[in-house]
Amino acid sequence: MNIHISGGRLIDPKNGIDAQQDVFIVDKRIAAIGQAPEGFVAEQLIDARGLIVTPGLVDVAARLREPGYEYRATLESEMAAAVAGGVTSLSCPPDTDPPLDEPGLVEMLKHRARSLNQARVFPVGALTYGLKGEQITEMAELTEAGCKAFGHADAPPADNRVLMRAMQYAATFGFRVWLRPQDAALSRNGVAHDGEVAARLGLPPIPVVAETVALSTMLQLARETGVLLHVCRISSAAGVEMIRAAKRESLRVTCDVSMNHVHLTDMDIGYFDANCHLQPPLRTQRDREALRAGLADGTIDAICSNHSPVDDDAKLLPFAEAEAGATGMELLLPLVLKWAEQESIPLLDALARVTINPAQSLGVKVGHLSPGAHADVCIFDPQATWKVEPAALISQGKNTPFNGYTLQGRVRYTVVEGKTVFVA
Amino acid sequence: MNNPQLNQHGELQHLLSTEGLPVRIVRDILDRAATFLGEGHAEINKVPLLHGKSVFNIFFENSTRTRTTFEIAAKKLSADVVNLNIGSSSTSKGETLLDTVDNLCAMHADMFVVRHATSGAAHLIARHVAPGIHVINAGDGRHAHPTQALLDMYTIRHYKQEFHNLTVAIVGDVLHSRVARSQIHALTTLGVPEVRVIAPKTLLPSMVEKLGVRVFHSMEEGLKGVDVVMMLRLQNERMQGALLPSAQEYFKYYGLTRERLALAKPDAIVMHPGPMNRGVEIDSSVADGAQSVILPQVTFGIAIRMAVMSLLAGTST
Repeated sequence: MNIHISGGRLIDPKNGIDAQQDVFIVDKRIAAIGQAPEGFVAEQLIDARGLIVTPGLVDVAARLREPGYEYRATLESEMAAAVAGGVTSLSCPPDTDPPLDEPGLVEMLKHRARSLNQARVFPVGALTYGLKGEQITEMAELTEAGCKAFGHADAPPADNRVLMRAMQYAATFGFRVWLRPQDAALSRNGVAHDGEVAARLGLPPIPVVAETVALSTMLQLARETGVLLHVCRISSAAGVEMIRAAKRESLRVTCDVSMNHVHLTDMDIGYFDANCHLQPPLRTQRDREALRAGLADGTIDAICSNHSPVDDDAKLLPFAEAEAGATGMELLLPLVLKWAEQESIPLLDALARVTINPAQSLGVKVGHLSPGAHADVCIFDPQATWKVEPAALISQGKNTPFNGYTLQGRVRYTVVEGKTVFVA
Repeated sequence: MNNPQLNQHGELQHLLSTEGLPVRIVRDILDRAATFLGEGHAEINKVPLLHGKSVFNIFFENSTRTRTTFEIAAKKLSADVVNLNIGSSSTSKGETLLDTVDNLCAMHADMFVVRHATSGAAHLIARHVAPGIHVINAGDGRHAHPTQALLDMYTIRHYKQEFHNLTVAIVGDVLHSRVARSQIHALTTLGVPEVRVIAPKTLLPSMVEKLGVRVFHSMEEGLKGVDVVMMLRLQNERMQGALLPSAQEYFKYYGLTRERLALAKPDAIVMHPGPMNRGVEIDSSVADGAQSVILPQVTFGIAIRMAVMSLLAGTST
């Protein structure tokens, strides 16, 4: 469709643009910025005065719960939640049931997602069959089916030889390996950061060393194998420092953090608030400050929602029995804006953390509005405030630690591939 | 953050933890217990304070002693008592914890006494029930066991009168102990100037010092000059999972023997929440010795539970 987005403040981090510029979309692509291309006739005019026009957000961690967990969420509900949050590209971890370890499963997911005509889905394939950490998957076939990276859910393979070979194999083809650094044994049965709060509440702990031990191993193996490593959901100050050091020696590593960890600490658990039962666990204020410093200096490339819808029954349980996770895609943009405001980060830099940076970590050509690029656009009102309430969320997951928060920034239009898929 | 144990008038609504329990309420409970024990008067056998009220003991984790003392306490207050042993897991029958609670509420429960293997279970139930219903935490995971700690405070006051001049040592598996956590908060609330914990590093939570205790890894150093020794139960399963090498080695280095007790003040008392493992954390000669107050603890426990239940029953709704 030909769309004229008129009068908005265009912020396109990749191209360094922060100015009032019109955007012209022809069919599925960005045709021009500023001046209409010759002969352009708009079929739709979006009046973006007072609004910010930015590339559609790229969320590198959004669990859609399909296949296998449709009682928690369905592709329909979560894809609608994505575009309501301005997310036009997302990658989903492989920890579905069955895990994304067969090309057929990935094709089916891609096909189902495409038929909904909403956000683009870039699955992260399983690095090993069944995520068991034993046998590596058919990564080349899975890539042909649509996988953009290979991951291992919440912990890397326990067997380091398997991990090393998986990295070698991925490096052979230039595939990306996405791992969350958490040593399975050191975090076993743990539900909260090993600190004062866990000590007080008697919650089984997850120590920081569970992160740093696993991170140290994966960084050394990445150095050895030359694989493109992306570190998922960093949570500790010590972890941030290790990534910083790795980048200093020019290791090819990128890194993301969840929005929950940018804003919350283990103190938010209060009296056993199961909405704060998250993976990785919320850590201390010192860790949160280090994560923010890491974002500011570029050690951490991207912010993700770590969207993990959980049904009420799985949350209305004693803290440790409750399932970890929180809904998130609809909160990603306002929480990024909140962080930017608190830290006085220019919007151009802040939005890079949810557009071009995650797109580059994923190796996909989205997250910017250069002429010729996919016409994926998020248009939001930076002034609009709204209260986070379960009923106001489109996602089937209604649980979030931010329930009751008043947030600023609301998506008004979401355009995917030249089609307006969300209007509010 | 509102204190979930108190109502808007600052009265006790639920007893969930000794943490954040105002000292006036702690003292009120201890004083009430004293009247039930007949200190100064005759011991009270039966009073109608909970007449017509239903107390449901819901134990998701097995316990004979605690459940029995709650049952006796409730009956002495003339309550109707219903005991439910639901087993180790709330989900074993497919019914969720809150479904179970809803069903019992529909049977017109006035008070729940809850034990559960998971930390925070009592808080969850307290948040869920209607305003007129009271919840007493009879032990949740590693988190809290407030009536045990209160009866321990009663015992200490009984033998030592004051708290402000005491040094108290808590010995053993603090990591897994809801009793230890509740004791620490109760002792610091009552103004005990020095609370020590003595254990190997594998049995202490990291940051335990943030709870306001001095940490010792040696019995010989930690017991020096203390007024009260509070032993913790060491469960056999701690010998698995690389926490301890063997019961024998544990007893050799952390068992309370006569020789070690001699390092404490001569009039030091020895306490244990029970059930004891003789020869693992405590030597029989100490457990049965002159300084042991382990059996009086049990007697005081009934009075403390009567005090808590009667206090809750009098809370305005």
